This record gives sequence, C-alpha cells and structure tokens, in this order.
Amino acid sequence: MRIVKQAAIAALALMAVTGVVQAKEWKNIRVAVEGAFPPFNFVSADNQIGGFDVDIAKAICEKMKAECTFAVQDWDGLIPALQAGKFDAIISSMSITPERKKVIDFSRPYYQSPSSFIAPKTAGIKDTSPESLKGKTIGAQSSTVQAAELEEKYKDSEIKLYPTQDEVNLDLVSGRIDMLFVDKLPGLDWLKTADGACCEFVGTDMPTDGVGAGVRQSDTDLRDQISEAIVAIKADGTYDKINAKYFPFSIWKD
Amino acid sequence: MNWDALATYGPRMLQGLVVTLQLVAISITLGALLAWPVALARMSRSRLLRGVAFGYMYFFRGTPLLAQTFLVYYGAGQFRVQLEAVGLWWLFRDAFFCCVLTFTLNTAAYQAEILRGAIKAVPIGQREAAMSLGLKPRQIFRKIIMPQALLIALRPLGNEVILMIKGSSVAAIVTVFDLMGVTRLAYSRTFDFQVYLWAAVLYLIVVESIRRIWDKIEHYLTRHLRTA
Repeated sequence: MRIVKQAAIAALALMAVTGVVQAKEWKNIRVAVEGAFPPFNFVSADNQIGGFDVDIAKAICEKMKAECTFAVQDWDGLIPALQAGKFDAIISSMSITPERKKVIDFSRPYYQSPSSFIAPKTAGIKDTSPESLKGKTIGAQSSTVQAAELEEKYKDSEIKLYPTQDEVNLDLVSGRIDMLFVDKLPGLDWLKTADGACCEFVGTDMPTDGVGAGVRQSDTDLRDQISEAIVAIKADGTYDKINAKYFPFSIWKD
Repeated sequence: MNWDALATYGPRMLQGLVVTLQLVAISITLGALLAWPVALARMSRSRLLRGVAFGYMYFFRGTPLLAQTFLVYYGAGQFRVQLEAVGLWWLFRDAFFCCVLTFTLNTAAYQAEILRGAIKAVPIGQREAAMSLGLKPRQIFRKIIMPQALLIALRPLGNEVILMIKGSSVAAIVTVFDLMGVTRLAYSRTFDFQVYLWAAVLYLIVVESIRRIWDKIEHYLTRHLRTA
C-alpha cells in the first residue's frame, strides 16, 4: 500500500510540475490540416493552403495573439502525428466522436454539418435506410464519422473506403460505387463542380456532434484557449464574415 | 495486449490475410506465365519484339507500383464509356481485378528480367555441347538451358515473391480489404498502434514460410550438385 501511495504522490507531483509547464502561454501553435477537403481545407495549385478551416484557424490564432504555422498531413495520420508531437492542434474539419475523444481532446465545436448521401440523379434512390440500401455499394472516406456510421449500421451494403474524399467522388462518377456518404457541406460544394453535376443529395441527413479543434489530452490549457477564442471570434463578427465567404447560411453550432 | 481490438478485428485481419495471399498467388502465377514470352521477346532477333519487350520492362520496373495501381484503377474509371462499349467495364469496376492486373504486369516485368539474366548466365559451352550432340534448338532450350536457368533464377524469384507480398499492401489504397486494408480500418477505429504490430507479425510469418519453402525447393533442385 505504501508503494502505491508513494507512486500516487509522485504521479500527482509530476502532474503538478507538468501542469505548471503546460500553463505556458501558447505563442507558437503548429496547426495541421488535411488539405484535401474543399471548401474546408485545400492546397491550391500554387501550393497555398486555404479554406474555411484555415481561415478559422488564422482567426483563432490572431485572437490568441499566437503565431500559427500550418502543416499538411494525410487524414489517417492526423491523430497519430498529433500524439507524436508533430503539431499542436488539428483544425481540419474533424468531427467530435466518442472514439476520437478516447485518444485526443477537442475544443468546443466551431461548426456543425450533418452527413448526407449522394447518388447519381438517374439512380432514383429515395429511401436511405439500411434496409433499402441492402446490396448497394456505398463509398466514404476512411477514418471518418461517415465511414464508422456505414460500418456500424449498413452491414448489408458493400462499404468501400478511400484515403481521401476526392477519390470517393471519382469512383462515384466512374460508377464503381452506387452512392457515397459524406459531410453535407463539402458534398454541397462538390455537387456544384462539373464532375458533381451527375449527382444529387438523396434520402435523409444524419446529424453529427459538430467539428472541433483536436489537441493532445495533456494540453487542456490550449484546448480551453481555443474554445474561448472560438466564442470570441463569433462574438466580434469575424466568424460570421468567414462563414459568409463560404456558405450562404450559418454553420455555427451553439 | 488490446484484447477487445483483437476480438473485434483479429478475425477480419485473418480474412484480410487470405485476400492478400490470393492477390499475390494469382498475380505471381499469371506474371510467371507472362514473363516467359516477354523474356524471350527481349532476347529475340527481331528488333521490334526486342524494343516492345524492353519498353514494357523499362516502364514497369521504372515506376512505382503505387503509381501503376492508381493509373489502372482511376485511369480505367475515366474510360468507363469506352470500356463499357467493349464489354470490359465489369472487370475494371472491380478493385481486386485492377490490382491483380497491375501486380501481374508489374511482376511479369521483373520476372522476365530475372529469367533473361538466368538464361544468359548459363555457360555458352552448354549450348555448344548440346549442338555437337545433334540436339535440336527447341530440345536444347527445354532440356539443357531451361533447367539450369531456372536454378539460377530460383533465389531472385523468391525475392520477387517476397517483394510482391509486401508490395501488395498498396491494394489497400484502392479500397481492397487486404491485410493492410483491414489493419488501416482497425487502426482508424481503435487508434492503437498494436494493430500495425499484428499486421507486421502476420506479414513476417508469411514471408518466413516462403523462405522455408524456397529452401526446400532449392535443396531438392540442387541434389545433383551435392557430394554424397
């Protein structure tokens, strides 16, 4: 018992020490984006990153009076690289999910968007319940809320998972998949493109828990500062300006 | 050990392993069949045949397997209408087929180069001796050159099989749930690095099995070279 007690005290002391270290001011924040999820984040032809996530991240950093540097990281590697300390925050349209919360921490949501099905206009799909999509091939980006939802509820459909959303879209156009399941807002954006003209939203949307900035579980101070900054940019109108730049309606989540 | 994850994803990973083995077995076999004509064309007297074979091998050995897989998979997607017209789209629609096609073409190029090297490595005196015995060119090739060349090619071919087993993991990128595909899925749900460790162990077991089989084959084929 004594050893346990000592260990507990030592652990507490360590937490206290690291706690002090962590309460540092965040002057430099390394932010990661996927860079393949327009209009939220993308890498343009001249190698500049942009998008809603990036604009929000910049506004947050400005509010926090911190210098932000951006890194582009593959979607599947975002959480592992965050944990490995390659950067400090993921601001890349990452939905807040119970599984992710087990390994990282999230700020308050900075936007919300439901999940939607997209199918070719000619397919005539109306109902998107698991029963009526039995036998259909449905695509989604791997490691997303949508992929998890499909795996969990659409067991009788064939699920195909891709590294990026662009590839899911490509395969819907080429007809390898019957439909895809995607975050509604990037879906909306894609439907406006020449490739997306083939297709439309079908069935019923599914709500999600919103999108937050992901940080390491040890960086609670950073998490709280980002949350405060999100509220602050909403209050001073910066958020609404950025919102209006990308969407004709509000995507804010209270 | 993360027993929960093992219980959930262990069986699926074994299924993935089966897919990997199918992928490799089919590709290596078809590749081996294709490698012979390519190797012979490469050594042919016809400049055209030589050129075509050279170009083919040059391309497939000179570009990454990942790029080739993307080219076939997403490239085919762009030519859906044309492929439908010739009635081949149902094949190219299938990711597994696209992978088998790419891997076959890729491994055939390597295997052809291995065969060519092995055939060239058989001492010229063997052919001359056979000719002086009055054997026909076809007989010389089948009875004298080929058995010796295959022995020389055995080790490099084993290498190629091993490389293919590991290389086949790119299939996961184009939606095939091979061992790597399942592993990525399991990792994206559990965020536990262990699953990659399990995958590594499974790949190791397969490669080690191949290594042992190859030792056995070599032991058998070189029995005439050992002193009693």
